[in-house]
Amino acid sequence: MSRRYDSRTTTFSPEGRLFQVEYAMEAISHAGTTVGILAKDGVVLAAEKKVTSKLLEQDQSSEKIFNLSDNIIAGVAGITADANSLVNYARNQAQKYLLAYDDDMPVEQLAQRLCDLKQGYTQYGGLRPFGVSILYAGFDDHHHFQLYHSDPSGNYSGWKATCIGNNNGTATSLLKQDYKDDIGIQEAMGLAAKVLSKTMDATSLDSEKLEFATITLDPRTKKPVGRVFKPNDIDRLLEKHGLAKPKDPEAAAAAATSAPAQGEAMAVDS
Amino acid sequence: MECSFGITGKGYTIIASDSNAARSIVKMKTDEDKQKVLSDHLVMTYSGESGDTLQFSEYIERNLRLYGIRNHVELRPRAAASWIRAQIADSLRTRNAYQVNLLLGGFDLPTSEPALYWVDYLGTLATVPFAAHGYGAFFALSTLDRYHRPDMSLEEGLDLLRRCINELKTRFIVDLGTFKVRVVDREGVREVKL
Repeated sequence: MSRRYDSRTTTFSPEGRLFQVEYAMEAISHAGTTVGILAKDGVVLAAEKKVTSKLLEQDQSSEKIFNLSDNIIAGVAGITADANSLVNYARNQAQKYLLAYDDDMPVEQLAQRLCDLKQGYTQYGGLRPFGVSILYAGFDDHHHFQLYHSDPSGNYSGWKATCIGNNNGTATSLLKQDYKDDIGIQEAMGLAAKVLSKTMDATSLDSEKLEFATITLDPRTKKPVGRVFKPNDIDRLLEKHGLAKPKDPEAAAAAATSAPAQGEAMAVDS
Repeated sequence: MECSFGITGKGYTIIASDSNAARSIVKMKTDEDKQKVLSDHLVMTYSGESGDTLQFSEYIERNLRLYGIRNHVELRPRAAASWIRAQIADSLRTRNAYQVNLLLGGFDLPTSEPALYWVDYLGTLATVPFAAHGYGAFFALSTLDRYHRPDMSLEEGLDLLRRCINELKTRFIVDLGTFKVRVVDREGVREVKL
């Protein structure tokens, strides 16, 4: 019976639910984890890459963390193809704002714009909703550093620390435990790495499975700078917090052979 | 024969405009307010083609209000000036462009700086420490150049404005009458009597 209310995104079930939207959110909770932590001098985003394989070409561009504009970065979880389309839209909107007002787009407004788009797909029929949750990390002169989360239904909310994707319950309780209001960016990066090390099923972390980015203020110009980490920056960060893979070559070889098993998660997070 | 002035100083911007509504050679009214308070910390003077000025300034006023309601923050003076300039520039490229000249005086809360922008009907935007539109510009800009300092107190700023208006009284062939003067600072916009 419930199938009757499944096929159209815009039809309420008798209990007043929109199943397609709920399924979209379900898709996200199978995707790789993305955490965001708001610190007093910046914001950190960290993401788990689920698709790793020895045969996969190491891409220079990142697949889950993006620069949206000079003052905003975003981390996504869900169907990456949908995410790319939303990222394109977001960049477009941010540049339009810059053209109209000669000022960086406030972070909340960008989150709001994307939510307007996402909400449209829960109401106008014939199309499926975006299967993507997004974390927006950014800086503006009105509210300084901010972290927002938006989901497929078009809701958004501001957070001090939050997590989307696989195992987000575990991650959230870890964040609740360890988050402090006066946390600094370095500490926040450590915390993000620690949370991911607990939520990912891999025994050790390395740059192949992780993406990292921060947004901070340039100490000289006082302008925000978004930095998406290069693989060796990530390895250095993990080493600093004692979460890196042991340097022993035997252990490295063992880890490499076990890696292809993870390629199965492609359906959700390719 | 319209004339408006803008002067920035230490933590404030003064905006002044004459109060005449004239048509051809006839003065119709001498207590016209040719300014719009656009937000808590932003005032605009307008001059130019009489129908255009009102239509355009009300359009700007309503849109900036809408932005404030939608986003729970007011546009900063710089952003508002850029947007207003873009409206003029867009209009200029139609068959019936708005012929409006503006001065935008504001106070930017995030940086705690006063702000003054000179905008004309061709879509020029200039950030300036002091400004004038109309015939007054020919007479007063040299005075402003000579006596303006960025760290002037409000009283010194108002004295400078009085000096400019006095220059018009002595040299300009037309008597512009009284000026409407508003001051924007951290506390907001208020009207002052010269």
